[in-house]
Amino acid sequence: MLAIVAGVTLIAVAAALVLNAFQGNVVFFFSPSQIAAKEAPLDRTFRVGGMVESGSLKRRADGLTVEFIVTDTAKSIPVVYTGILPDLFKEGKGVVAQGKLGPDGAFHASEVLAKHDENYMPPEAAHALSKAEADKAAKSVVPPGGNR
Amino acid sequence: MKRFLWPLAIFIILVGFLVVGLKLDPREVPSPLVGKPAPAFELPILHQPDKRFVPGDMRGKVWLLNVWASWCVSCREEHPVLLDLAKRGVMPILGLNYKDKRDDANAWLKQFGNPYELSAVDADGRIGIDYGVYGVPETYLIDAEGVIRYKQIGPITPAVLEQKILPLVMSLKK
Amino acid sequence: MIPELGQFALIVALAIALAQAALSLTGAARGTPGFMAVARPAAQGLFVFVAFAFGCLAWSFYSNDFSVLNVATNSNSRLPTAYRIAATWGSHEGSLLLWVLMLSVWMLAVSVFSRSLPEDMVARILGVMGLVAVGFLSFMLFTSNPFERLLPAAAEGHDLNPLLQDPGMVFHPPMLYMGYVGFSVAFAFAIAALLDGRLDASWARWSRPWTTAAWIFLTIGIALGSFWAYYELGWGGWWFWDPVENASFMPWLIGTALIHSLAVTEKRGAFKAWTVLLAIIAFSLSLLGTFLVRSGVLTSVHAFATDPKRGIFILCFLAVVIGGSLSLYAWRANRVAPGARFELLSRESMLLANSVLLLVACGAVMLGTLYPLFLDALGLGKISVGPPYFDSVFMPLMAPAILLAGIGPLMAWRKGDAAQLVRRLRWIAIVALLGALFVPLAFGRWAALTSTGLLLAFWILAGTLTSLIIRIRSRTKITSAFLGMLLAHAGVGVFVIGITLVKSYESERDLRMAPGETAELGGYSFRFEGVREVSGPNYAATRGTIFVQRDGATIARLEPEKRVYLVQRNPMTEAAIDAGISRDVYVALGEAVGGDAWTVRIHIKPFIRWIWIGCLMMAFGGLLAAIDRRYRNAARRPEDASAADATLIRSGTA
Repeated sequence: MLAIVAGVTLIAVAAALVLNAFQGNVVFFFSPSQIAAKEAPLDRTFRVGGMVESGSLKRRADGLTVEFIVTDTAKSIPVVYTGILPDLFKEGKGVVAQGKLGPDGAFHASEVLAKHDENYMPPEAAHALSKAEADKAAKSVVPPGGNR
Repeated sequence: MKRFLWPLAIFIILVGFLVVGLKLDPREVPSPLVGKPAPAFELPILHQPDKRFVPGDMRGKVWLLNVWASWCVSCREEHPVLLDLAKRGVMPILGLNYKDKRDDANAWLKQFGNPYELSAVDADGRIGIDYGVYGVPETYLIDAEGVIRYKQIGPITPAVLEQKILPLVMSLKK
Repeated sequence: MIPELGQFALIVALAIALAQAALSLTGAARGTPGFMAVARPAAQGLFVFVAFAFGCLAWSFYSNDFSVLNVATNSNSRLPTAYRIAATWGSHEGSLLLWVLMLSVWMLAVSVFSRSLPEDMVARILGVMGLVAVGFLSFMLFTSNPFERLLPAAAEGHDLNPLLQDPGMVFHPPMLYMGYVGFSVAFAFAIAALLDGRLDASWARWSRPWTTAAWIFLTIGIALGSFWAYYELGWGGWWFWDPVENASFMPWLIGTALIHSLAVTEKRGAFKAWTVLLAIIAFSLSLLGTFLVRSGVLTSVHAFATDPKRGIFILCFLAVVIGGSLSLYAWRANRVAPGARFELLSRESMLLANSVLLLVACGAVMLGTLYPLFLDALGLGKISVGPPYFDSVFMPLMAPAILLAGIGPLMAWRKGDAAQLVRRLRWIAIVALLGALFVPLAFGRWAALTSTGLLLAFWILAGTLTSLIIRIRSRTKITSAFLGMLLAHAGVGVFVIGITLVKSYESERDLRMAPGETAELGGYSFRFEGVREVSGPNYAATRGTIFVQRDGATIARLEPEKRVYLVQRNPMTEAAIDAGISRDVYVALGEAVGGDAWTVRIHIKPFIRWIWIGCLMMAFGGLLAAIDRRYRNAARRPEDASAADATLIRSGTA
């Protein structure tokens, strides 16, 4: 009997720990388009993913702070990060940054993750790009049957 | 002794979740591009750098746009399938040579054979972005009106070709 | 030709495994000695053919046979020989072959070291393992053939991922797989016992050394992986709670619970059903881990769909193995006789509490690992669950487990003496409190979490020492199993000290440094001397030189590198470390930032080596326990549990 009570208590404690931890520590993902649509929280850490816009990487005078633009091809967001970028960070490649939205409208990253493999992007970055692609497609093409 | 059934019950619930999860095969979710007109572009042609290609040239034909690169290993895997398809002459296959070097690309085609009517050169991957290329290879089936009808992420296998692409081509040609 | 021979060997191996499973299981069920006798030679034959196949693949890698797809994708003629061999298990297909090789090694070991076991038991164990081999061999042959040809052959290979080009790659996967697969022995013992209905103390005694052996390999494998990540990834981190690590950690947690639960089953005949369940879960998690990692589901749900055949096969195989064994459990476990009774205050109840804690902790890790996958697969959005989740769930669950591990060995079996326990605990508590209060003073910074960690560490160390002193005073014989247990527990203490001190007192700086510039961190000064170009066998590197000084004296010259591997052309950071027992100085190059200046990352990691030393102590303790004489006493028939009770209650052995 006592064992059962103890077991149930333990499970309850564990469940409480898990729920509490999930509440505080789960990091959501937003694409630049979602951020542009003001869907992303202002006071919470989240992740943004997409592609590093070519030619957008700039280094500030301190040599350590970098600025670059992450785009999902539809919308883009400037990202500021102080520290050493991962090895596979490159312009024109997929990237995921974790951090907070600053009052200046830029995303202040505390962590930058790049892809690990030549052929595939981080899934989150790929996801952001694919969501934006429909929109993009509609804009860039002549309407079907337009000039036949 | 019902308590010995608990582990099994929990496991069955877990498997249920997994099966539901996998049923929603991400590959089956239609790409947002399917049913939409293929994005326009204008790119130099691999074998004739001075000439340019626009998808509009293919109006009136059902054709395949295959994204490939010499550095891509999976492309090698699907290459025999493409060569075979080209030999059968079902439809024109056009290549989009993605983030590659011209010399590497030419050497690669020389070594493995060239199934493409022509390959457009997307050296910096800009057009790949328009097409939502995740990785190489990817293939788009485009109809006579210039609308994308099917998108294959990853290599085309003989099964995909026979069961999905060719039936679709037949119905589109009617 | 050689790849075809390898593939043929795999087909023969599949046939052998099928015959072995069918014959020895029917033989054991019907009591046909002729059928049962097949088990041992079949296991040995299986080993020969699988080893041959593995040799063929290794040869293809060694001889740069780029007409084999696997070789062309994962190797390169300029890859150094050791890594060419290691590349054998660098791919999905190759690692499956390594898995099967390990399985056949364990089967060979069981067939050789099982003279004291009844014939039908051996037949059942090897039969169950044969079934597992059938599953893996067919998975390999039907969906992931490692010998697939690439015609025409590639001129050159695509090279091994530069991250994997490291001595860690040579040792880490084989160790880890030995551990994963080793749990198949404990699993087979459990299934055999369920089939047989003979679940008693002797079963636990046979099963124990095998389980411990698997656990040792897994412990070393995980520790190596952590060490590898530490020096290879260039961030100075040693554990990231990433899904791949969790996949190996979950079976370890359950394996640890299983070892302890087996101890109770052997000594006291109790917790039999619980022990069997843990054995099933441990192996199930090993399978899940192998597949999760190797199928690529973890990096991207999309990877699963690259080849749906693989996904479906994996799912069916897992469902059959796990579902089948849990059904068998539901059906047969109630026939197990209840074990000897015990009081609330007893070693049994402490061990039970510990194994439940480990199981719950494993559940929490699993939830954090799989939940994002589920959400993604169901299209409900993308989230990531990072280290903060795991830290805040895992630590509160492990703290009581460590407290219990400190007291457990002091407690008598069946019924503990509360007054005596309090007397003994007094000293332990004083040592732990003093340690928790004064060690942070030496570092000059106090935090609640630091003290908690140190309290736990000193608690388990003092408890372990007390157990040893009591045992020496009582003049009972000190067995190697008892010493092993103490050493492993002390290892936990050392490990916790390492984690606590690193987490509390590590320091890190990202800097921009021009040649001749100096920076300070944690009492050390770093002088950057600039970089020069060097070239390796298959890479070109920029090598920086940094002198580390303390109190004016130069203590180390560190040469971190930035490498670019010639084939895949990705940059790779190669950190430089000045290792020490009380601290590591860790330096990594970032990138060139104009002129001769570079960004540089420096870390001071106090007591980080203690983390891996602790793991090694645990593994070595396991080794001492596994080689205890009583497991080798084949001649003596194992006594039944009740006879063992009388002697053991008195001596209070582990």
